[in-house]
Amino acid sequence: MEKERRDFMGLSLGLFTAAGSIGALYAMKRTWDPLPSVKAAGFTTIELANAKPNELVVEKWRGKPIFVLKKSADMEANDRDVIVGGDRFHISIGLCTHLGCIPAYEKDNHEFFCACHGGRFNASGINEPGLPPPSPLEIPPFKINGTQLVLGEEGPEYKKMKIDNLIA
Amino acid sequence: MAHFDENAKPFSNKWLDERIGLNTLKRVLNTEYWIPKDINFLWAMGMVLAATFGILVISGIFLLMYYKPDADLAFDSVNYTIMSEVGFGWLWRHVHGVGASIVFLIIYIHMFTGIYYGSYKRGRELIWLSGMGLFVAFSAEAFSGYMLPWGQMSYWAGMVITNLFSGGSLEAYGLVEWIRGDYVPGDAYLTRFFMLHVLLIPLAIIGLIVLHFGTLRLPHVNNQEGAEIDFDEAASLWKAGKRKESKVIPFSPVFLSKDIFVMGVYFILFFYLVFYHFDFAMDPVNFDPANGLKTPAHIYPEWYFLWSYEILRPFSKDVGLIAFGIAQAAFVFLPFIDRSPNVAPAHKRGLFQIWFWVLLIDMIVLTAMGKLPPTDPTFAFIGLVSAILFLCMGPILVVITMFEKKIEKGA
Ligand code: HEM
Ligand code: FES
Repeated sequence: MEKERRDFMGLSLGLFTAAGSIGALYAMKRTWDPLPSVKAAGFTTIELANAKPNELVVEKWRGKPIFVLKKSADMEANDRDVIVGGDRFHISIGLCTHLGCIPAYEKDNHEFFCACHGGRFNASGINEPGLPPPSPLEIPPFKINGTQLVLGEEGPEYKKMKIDNLIA
Repeated sequence: MAHFDENAKPFSNKWLDERIGLNTLKRVLNTEYWIPKDINFLWAMGMVLAATFGILVISGIFLLMYYKPDADLAFDSVNYTIMSEVGFGWLWRHVHGVGASIVFLIIYIHMFTGIYYGSYKRGRELIWLSGMGLFVAFSAEAFSGYMLPWGQMSYWAGMVITNLFSGGSLEAYGLVEWIRGDYVPGDAYLTRFFMLHVLLIPLAIIGLIVLHFGTLRLPHVNNQEGAEIDFDEAASLWKAGKRKESKVIPFSPVFLSKDIFVMGVYFILFFYLVFYHFDFAMDPVNFDPANGLKTPAHIYPEWYFLWSYEILRPFSKDVGLIAFGIAQAAFVFLPFIDRSPNVAPAHKRGLFQIWFWVLLIDMIVLTAMGKLPPTDPTFAFIGLVSAILFLCMGPILVVITMFEKKIEKGA
């Protein structure tokens, strides 16, 4: 009799504690989540009309560097190119797909070189095989707006690349 | 009810003993905690570590008075306010920086002493495991502290290390953003690592030190020969006044005074570094403020992480992450993969002695290669070979210790 009452008390205490702990853990997890204001830090517009061929411009979107490279006529075309006003552009998030350093653009051989662990990408952002980076530089969501590019919004050209599995 | 002597003077020995068992405490922790005589200065490293942790806490408290955990203010609060305005601010910063670096040198010496003398074997497994817990906690403490000045190395080390949690092809970027509280290291990231560095991890370290000391009490520390000492017999010899014949000495005051002598020598070196050579602990690249749009030409971690960084670097992303994960966890398993029953110094254990020195030299080579830029193919190749060798050392240990001959004790 006594024992049954103690077992019951023990069990209810255990259940309440477990429920409380799960609630507390959830609250802790949510506290570590990115803030809504951080997530909403939304859209960046880039003007492409003034870009010069084979000269890398680095813009900023959501705290990340964005590579904008206007291809010159002698540079190889690729399905990942963004075509604006008849010109081909390589647009990508400028963070190495290995561990996130910013690769440097080597103008002469049209390659991106990542000094952190020696990764290489060509001017279309495709990684050179056999080196640490496992995939091409990622293309951020974009929408073409005349000669401007809106980052953070998915336009038809971006959606098509996504279907064709070209964005990363 | 217990008896309390009405004539005992408040706070006298007797008064305290009746209330908190002072004499029992002293006996268990000091005067009858027996330490073998047959040990050397390497056995003082544990107390040297405890003292260095104390110095890190004290210098940290003073840095906290002016440090500002804010992505816009942190860099100047350290490099301007603390370094040039606060009276003796530079002293706390250099003590803290040198301490954080040197503590790892001592940890490595302490670990390799344990490996050399087989101090992780039967009876002492928990000492080893709690020690590894301390190693992990100190690594996390050092990394989070490195974020705080918010210089270029803080930012980019933070970027690279948090990206490890994407798990390669698992592409767990949600987890990475959750850890950072942002898409990239930013203000939310800095403030949470500040919290970890000044409160949560130090608390964990203090708890682990208590546990580490607790796990030492019953097995006692090992000795130079790995001899199994009859502590009861040795203790009664000591207590009977036969101090020469006894194989042990009490921890306090006898052994502690030797510890304090070694600490004295250590602190001469420590403060020499603080006053005349602090720059080795201050990376020049970190004197540029954090800039998310510019990676430094060459990113490398502090020297004590270089060996494991070099195990990550020569491989493709997924293989590198797996190799890195194995390297991080490998030492934890030492008590269970060393199959030999012998508790003895390495020089009496045949092949194990070769294994020990190969491991030590391999880790030094990895450390040296990890510091070099990734562009030189010869050094990259040496790094690759050393990394593969490191990964093979575990299986090799299992095999050579399985065939290790049992050493007959007392011979
Ligand atoms: C950084 C914080 C640490 C502190 C404050 C600390 C403290 C101590 C102290 C005071 C001792 C006894 C004296 C001695 O043998 O040196 C000891 C022993 C020991 N520690 Fe640690 N330690 C730390 C980290 C570690 C680490 C990272 C390991 C390795 C995994 C480790 C493994 C051991 C072992 C195996 C012993 C026993 C040595 C023997 O029996 O001869 N400790 N520690
Ligand atoms: S981060 Fe670019 S190669 Fe590792």
